[in-house]
Amino acid sequence: MLHTTTPQLILSIATHFLVPLAIAPLFPGIINKVKAAMAGRRGPPLRQPYLDIFKLLRKTLVISNTTTWIFFAGPLVAVGAMLAVELLIPIGSSPAPIHFAGDVILFVYLFAAARFFTTSAALDTGSSFEGMGAAREVSFAVVSEAALIFSLLIMIRFSSGLSLNTLLLAPFKQGSVGPRLMAAVGLFVFLLAETSRVPVDDPDTHLELTMIHEVMVLDHSGPLLAAVQYASSLRLLILINLVLLFIGPPHTGIPILSWVLFILEASATAVLVGIIESVMARLPLRHVPTLLAAAAVLSGLGFILALR
Amino acid sequence: MFPLILLLGAALLLMVAGTLGLAAKARASWGQMSATALTCLGGALGAAVCLDVLLFLNGPAPVLTVRAVYPNWPLHFRLDPLSAFFALPVFVMAAAGSVYGQGYWNERRHPRTGRRLRFFYGLFVAGMVLVTVADDGLAFIMAWEIMALASFFLIATEDQNPACRQAAWIYFVATHLATLLLMALFALLHAASGSFLLVPLPAAAGWKIETALFLLALVGFGLKAGIMPLHFWLPGAHAQAPSHISALLSGVLLKIGIYGLLRILTLLPHPPALWGVMVLILGSINALLGVVYALGQHDMKRLLAYHSIENIGIILMGLGVAMIGAATDHPVWEVLGIAGCLLHVWNHALFKSLLFFSAGSVISAARTRQIDALGGLARHMAWSSNLFLVGALAICGLPPLNGFVSELLVYLGLFHPTAGKDSGIWALISADAVILAVVGSLAVACFVKVYGVVFLGSPRTERAAKVHESPGSMIAPMLLLAGLCGLVGVFPLVVLVPLSHAAAVWMGRAHVQGMLIRAFPWGTLTVLNFSMVVVAVAIFYLVRISRRFIPVASAPTWGCGYSATGSRMQYTGTSFAGILVGLWSWVLRPLAHGKTPIGLFPKPIEYETEIPPFITDRATHTLWHYIKLGTRPIRWLQQGSVQQYLFYMLAAVVVLLALIPFGNLFARLWGH
Repeated sequence: MLHTTTPQLILSIATHFLVPLAIAPLFPGIINKVKAAMAGRRGPPLRQPYLDIFKLLRKTLVISNTTTWIFFAGPLVAVGAMLAVELLIPIGSSPAPIHFAGDVILFVYLFAAARFFTTSAALDTGSSFEGMGAAREVSFAVVSEAALIFSLLIMIRFSSGLSLNTLLLAPFKQGSVGPRLMAAVGLFVFLLAETSRVPVDDPDTHLELTMIHEVMVLDHSGPLLAAVQYASSLRLLILINLVLLFIGPPHTGIPILSWVLFILEASATAVLVGIIESVMARLPLRHVPTLLAAAAVLSGLGFILALR
Repeated sequence: MFPLILLLGAALLLMVAGTLGLAAKARASWGQMSATALTCLGGALGAAVCLDVLLFLNGPAPVLTVRAVYPNWPLHFRLDPLSAFFALPVFVMAAAGSVYGQGYWNERRHPRTGRRLRFFYGLFVAGMVLVTVADDGLAFIMAWEIMALASFFLIATEDQNPACRQAAWIYFVATHLATLLLMALFALLHAASGSFLLVPLPAAAGWKIETALFLLALVGFGLKAGIMPLHFWLPGAHAQAPSHISALLSGVLLKIGIYGLLRILTLLPHPPALWGVMVLILGSINALLGVVYALGQHDMKRLLAYHSIENIGIILMGLGVAMIGAATDHPVWEVLGIAGCLLHVWNHALFKSLLFFSAGSVISAARTRQIDALGGLARHMAWSSNLFLVGALAICGLPPLNGFVSELLVYLGLFHPTAGKDSGIWALISADAVILAVVGSLAVACFVKVYGVVFLGSPRTERAAKVHESPGSMIAPMLLLAGLCGLVGVFPLVVLVPLSHAAAVWMGRAHVQGMLIRAFPWGTLTVLNFSMVVVAVAIFYLVRISRRFIPVASAPTWGCGYSATGSRMQYTGTSFAGILVGLWSWVLRPLAHGKTPIGLFPKPIEYETEIPPFITDRATHTLWHYIKLGTRPIRWLQQGSVQQYLFYMLAAVVVLLALIPFGNLFARLWGH
């Protein structure tokens, strides 16, 4: 299952690097299409996020004159951290090329590094709105991180290693179905929070007072905004992938088929996100920590069940 | 024997470094120059000796007996890898701090206090070195007292300031409480083993003595290490001392407390797993509450001080795992836990001192410690700001810096019990990993707050707009520390040998290095962290080059439609931490003074929030209240007349004399 020869390793690194890079912007497109369909509109084409990114890359970069190099580092570290995460996590049923005991923690801390730089970049502009968004981002992350770690602990409990490969590709065991499902639900809430989706955040609104992620990037423009959007679609893909691994995608054994299957499953999850976004309203901000705490408690209960 | 004598020589150099300058006139620079030069020489010599011991010494460490001080009561010193592990940061930081002091506490600007500060500085660092090599109770207590008293005078450097005097007195009380407990500890050790030498207790000593020793060590050394709720002296002392002293207090003095605890634990033959659980729980409480209190602080140095409590918590979590592993015979947990504990000791010394140094740089430039009065400093103080960023990333445990390596060790120690199929109750302990993760994300929140509000954005006050970069003598030590943070982070293999030698002393077993190599992904981590750095540098240059080809325009920050946004409208540190402080208000109990604006044309108002320290403000007040209530019936005893008090003394002596015949009876009851 693991890569023994160098060419295999290089091939694996290449696929884990390039495939997500290529398909990531597809999923925001799917969500938008579903939302449009639910609202009775035709909606933008699926390739719209790609077009947006290409358009932004050609545009002028407007930089606020209060900013420093941190303003550039925010989006770039976010993209870099997400690409690094792609090398650490099994995608579908293809094991991760880089794995070691404890890479779980590197996974979590790469998210933290991205958060550190994006929120600092927001504060770099000196805008009170962006400061507000940054404060919300770091505060809610505290609660949602508990959900993530509890879920990962469940998988550590059910497998024999400490690397994401052995954790997440572990077969279902007797008694593991319940905790894994609970963890998956907890992680799904984590996904909604981390990718700024309803009911935690609304990616469409332009009311700065109520937003989290979108408000932090108000001053980013041109290629930097493209990086921000790319990072957020990569993040969406990674988290969809994580939720799927907890439910356990079918292992076919044929690489190409597995990848196709993975894309189909991920698209289905994106459709689910789109449906939730269409039928639910955004929660008042003060209730968001409660929702995230509920997710953490659910994963925590799963962990206690897994202790038997 | 030779390394030990060299090390004692280096300590002596440190000790006398400031004495020469006492003869110098105020404002004469040669006094300070000579102190710095001697401290650097002693620091370099001592560090070299420590490295030599850590890297090469494998045999048993010889004991040096000094009879010159008290002919009938020889003092013993010994230098084993565990001592060297704790002495090394003292030497490095002593040198770095004295160079930093050249700029920060320059003789010309502080003619009144400079000479005194350098005199006690030497005593303080030399005292710490002596504590690490002391091999009997007497030498230990003597060195401990030199360290404790000298640090009291260092904290009281700015004694014209009442807040500073108060902080120093509180520290004085705390440190003497600790000394008292340590005296009891060594007396008990003497009673149990028959000598003051720090030798392992005979197995027949019994669990009662062992437990008493452990608890005395935990409380006595815990007072020094700042284990909650014994941390009450810490935030005030760290905030009021000059910044390079704060760096030493936080970076090394607290670790001497940890050293004492580790050393006493090596003497006890059978520590039960329950103690480990206790230390683990104490550690998680420390880590969590430390960072939560830090979030609510407005004073930059108090905030960093609370982060020391957090990091002591992480160190204790590692120790707890190690103790549980030792008691339940799981060498892998033990080695991971103790390695995490020890490496975090080094790492915290590096990044916390770096943070205090750069905070000091800000304070000396802007003349304020208030986070919300600063802003936009990165434009004028690029070095200090970027170096602070390195420290902040390291303390948050973010890859590829050193904090990540030690936290990963602790995490792995916590994870192993979960994966073990026979783990039972220990799986619950591994849930501490969740606490560690929450602590990590709180630390990110806290340091984004400090870094973002102090260094980024636009200046909130006029003073903050007119700052200048600190002199090279302050930047150079910071560069050294940041470089070491990067070295340990990017090439964790460099610490493998010292770490395994020091861990071997604590674990009391051989072949620790092989175990540590197998238990931790040293190689992979080195490759990964190194490639992260390479990629980051590559991207940096790519961006630099591509900026020439991308059309770039400059404009003010978008005000979301408001045309006249000002720098005072920026989000402040207080508002940034508001949500989290609110979520934790059941612990923090923030106080707000002042009114909220009312009416259509509100008058100017003052509004202030604070998080009062729990022990010194709340708990002691409540305690005194009840003590006063409880002692009301016997208040008539205290009349204020000297004759009456003399009578009490006489009565006490008479009672004691009358009790002498019963002495044997008491002795029999005690069991001797």
